[in-house]
Amino acid sequence: MRYLPHTDDDISTMLRVTGADSINDFFAVVPEELRRPSGMALPDALTEWELNDLMAALSNADTGATDFLSFVGAGSYDHHIPETVPFLAGRSEFATSYTPYQPELSQGTLQAMYEYQTLLARLTGMEIANASMYDGASALAEAILMALRITKKNTVALSTAVHPFYRQVVRTYVEPTGCSVLELPVLESGRTDLLTLASSADSAVAALQSPNFFGCMEDLPTAARIMHDQGGLLAASFTEPVAFGLYRPPGDDGADVACGEGQSLGIPRSFGGPGVGIFCTRSRYVRSMPGRLVGKTRDQSGKRGFVLTLATREQHIRRERATSNICTNSSLCALSSAVYLASLGGSGLRRLARLNYDKTEYLKRNLSEAGWTMPFTSPTFNEFVARIPGDAEEAHRGLREKGILAGVPLGRWYPDLRDCLLLCVTETATREDMDRLVSEVRS
Amino acid sequence: MSERVGTQGLLFNEPLLWERGSRGRSGMSLPRADVEPAPVDEDLVGNGPDIPDLSEPEVVRHYTRLSQWNFGIDSNMYPLGSCTMKYNPKTNEKQAARPGFAGAHPLLPSELSQGALQLMAELEQYLAEITGLDAATLQPAAGAQGELTGMLIMHAWFKHHDDRRSKIIVPDTAHGTNPASAALCGYRAVPAASGPDGILETAVIDRLMDDETAGIMITNPNTLGFFEENIKAIAQIVHRHDGLVYCDGANMNALMGIVDLAAAGVDILHLNLHKTFSTPHGGGGPGSGPVLVRKKLEPFLPVPRVVPDGKGWRLSDDFPLSIGKIHAFQGNFGVMVKAYSYIRSMGADLKRASQLAVLNANYLKERLKGVLHLPYDRPCMHECVFTDALQQPYGITTLDMAKRLMDYGFHPPTVYFPLVVKDALMMEPTETESRDDIDRFVEALEAVAKEAVESPELLREAPHVCKTERLDETEAARNPRLTG
Ligand SMILES: Cc1ncc(COP(=O)(O)O)c(C=O)c1O
Repeated sequence: MRYLPHTDDDISTMLRVTGADSINDFFAVVPEELRRPSGMALPDALTEWELNDLMAALSNADTGATDFLSFVGAGSYDHHIPETVPFLAGRSEFATSYTPYQPELSQGTLQAMYEYQTLLARLTGMEIANASMYDGASALAEAILMALRITKKNTVALSTAVHPFYRQVVRTYVEPTGCSVLELPVLESGRTDLLTLASSADSAVAALQSPNFFGCMEDLPTAARIMHDQGGLLAASFTEPVAFGLYRPPGDDGADVACGEGQSLGIPRSFGGPGVGIFCTRSRYVRSMPGRLVGKTRDQSGKRGFVLTLATREQHIRRERATSNICTNSSLCALSSAVYLASLGGSGLRRLARLNYDKTEYLKRNLSEAGWTMPFTSPTFNEFVARIPGDAEEAHRGLREKGILAGVPLGRWYPDLRDCLLLCVTETATREDMDRLVSEVRS
Repeated sequence: MSERVGTQGLLFNEPLLWERGSRGRSGMSLPRADVEPAPVDEDLVGNGPDIPDLSEPEVVRHYTRLSQWNFGIDSNMYPLGSCTMKYNPKTNEKQAARPGFAGAHPLLPSELSQGALQLMAELEQYLAEITGLDAATLQPAAGAQGELTGMLIMHAWFKHHDDRRSKIIVPDTAHGTNPASAALCGYRAVPAASGPDGILETAVIDRLMDDETAGIMITNPNTLGFFEENIKAIAQIVHRHDGLVYCDGANMNALMGIVDLAAAGVDILHLNLHKTFSTPHGGGGPGSGPVLVRKKLEPFLPVPRVVPDGKGWRLSDDFPLSIGKIHAFQGNFGVMVKAYSYIRSMGADLKRASQLAVLNANYLKERLKGVLHLPYDRPCMHECVFTDALQQPYGITTLDMAKRLMDYGFHPPTVYFPLVVKDALMMEPTETESRDDIDRFVEALEAVAKEAVESPELLREAPHVCKTERLDETEAARNPRLTG
């Protein structure tokens, strides 16, 4: 096997040094009854070329990834990725290193993560960011746990316009805490009902998503005011950070935590992962926040350098009193998103966001003319809900026959929206692509 | 002594990203605007983030220079204990990047994502076969999230049986994530001391286990690199109190094809695909931490699960006892593709990988005995733990030796962990290091130990050839500067 360097000669020399007769001697400590009686029932080893054939066949069976015109978003987005992103993140000095415990040999990762923290804090309008979480859903769950710790309150207000899967993850994470979860309904506008939030008083945190699952921008300034009056926090989640190239970011609207998924920033969809969980907050919460942090410091000669810092919050020192159990995070994906943002630049991000917006509005307008209606009135980014005459699942299937994936039917999560589809448009959709969908809808 | 591998070359200074660039440059081509601009709600519009504008060559140079300040497993031996820094096969990267995998949306209808689903179903089967357990979830994104998943499964199991338990036994040899994961689930960690041989003694567990205790989190092989020989008897005690046995299987690299963990009494186990199954660690992730369980716990696994559907596969949420979701979608699928490619490339050689990993660790231990102090002198599994006791008389610490090793071109071992050994140096060579490379590492440590006696200031001021000299971590923590 080409990954294993040992020759028979090596093995006998090494055994001689250890004083063992055979490798099995080292396993003498394993009681007989725990040993496998026979070999593992695994397929025979493949050569590199056989593996290529197998994997080509398997990946080709994912026809949905390659053979369709897709308008599916819902937390995972198709954006163009410059070749520089996989090329640079693929450099093996980055890819094959471990968490940077030894900073003098890891300045590449460390400076890149410091830059990532800075870029993400700027993008979300917050003061600080950590070096990444697993994904957007666990980032939101950890934000809520942080708010419970900080406020010592016991209720969480969770908007039903937060991604349904994120809400499921939140419930899984908070279940052992015994806190109660109040679900906030959605108004006609497609925004969260903040009156319910105001009248519920005494929540540790309100968790909203903006743009929300329906693509609608939430009224974060009002939500922040309500929460701050109650002595609680506002956690603003997101699945589409490109929106902050156009709209005001959550930090500018008073959010205490901005957390979400960064897959849009140069990371392929990969059937849902890996992406990168973004976690940004205010400086005053630095000692309560979860996750690894990279900080700036100096070396003995006074030269600038970077280290992992504030590890006393973390599990290898604090053990059961740690602010989180997270250890491995999503560092290489965070690096990809930093390379992506560096490539795009502030000016590029503004143009890209505007392009996404204009294209989405184009499709909305044309679908309206074709007879679909848009039930929600709030401004959107990239995604929108369309109500269709008839059954949404059926229409979705019909369009699929025509080679189009027309978003996702919403009835699975929102029975009231059984006749609705959630559609997504990014810069990758051309006018012709959209016209094709519209003409199928007309026919 | 052979020629030292560590040497000096040309490294470039590189400013921070925002110290480069100029407003108006662009490093990414944008599609042309083929639709009319639409009106925007001015109340919501922002000023756009303050991110520098760079051209493509500037971006490439910036990150290329940063990468050259880094050390990876492709650079040289990376014997970081507990981290299984084995070679990361290049073909795995190609497989994960195939358009059918990398371009697959997580909400694709199952008929249009049969390849991804089949890969996941088969990977679950392989992992079950490798560990001896019955069913798997691939959803957790890393080892610690696997632990949390395992704890939530325990929690759900007891809740289902109307049995409230408040504590869990966590040995002193456990990884720090174990007690932190247990605490997230509301369990109080009850510490159990390992015995004089560095393993758990049955009597200790017998004394600690009671009907208030959910069970035990046991790492096997443990963080001292020893096989927990009494695991079966310990499991029997835990089971006698209707408790459950959680095994941290992040060190599975020692056991593949050799040990049946179900026979050892393990009920729940997590694996780290980014260790045992060769996926790159990426400077701290992404990882993947699948959880395996015995049959009786299968109903509690996270949803969605991949289930057979006629000739193919689909995702199902129809498991009413499930703990719910732990990841937004199906987990880190891109990492799963790499682990799957590794398993298909290795086949039965996975057993050989474990055997050679153990051979390498024992060889390294034997060679270094006498150079460094070996607190537990007995055969080890995949890693071995030394201390600086022989160097302390010269005022040299574990940290000094770690930093000096860098000058010789090696990544240092894990230091000051596990906590049960004072001033530990924990070394895990893995099976992909050749005897020659281990010999060179031994020579480097011999040279460092000699310097500790003859010129200790060389060590105290190390490293000398890295991008920076020793960094001030105290200052970083006292006055955190996390953004620029
Ligand atoms: C024994 C052990 N358990 C658990 C973990 C945690 O895994 P992860 O870093 O993937 O969360 C690690 C690695 O850090 C480990 O070595």
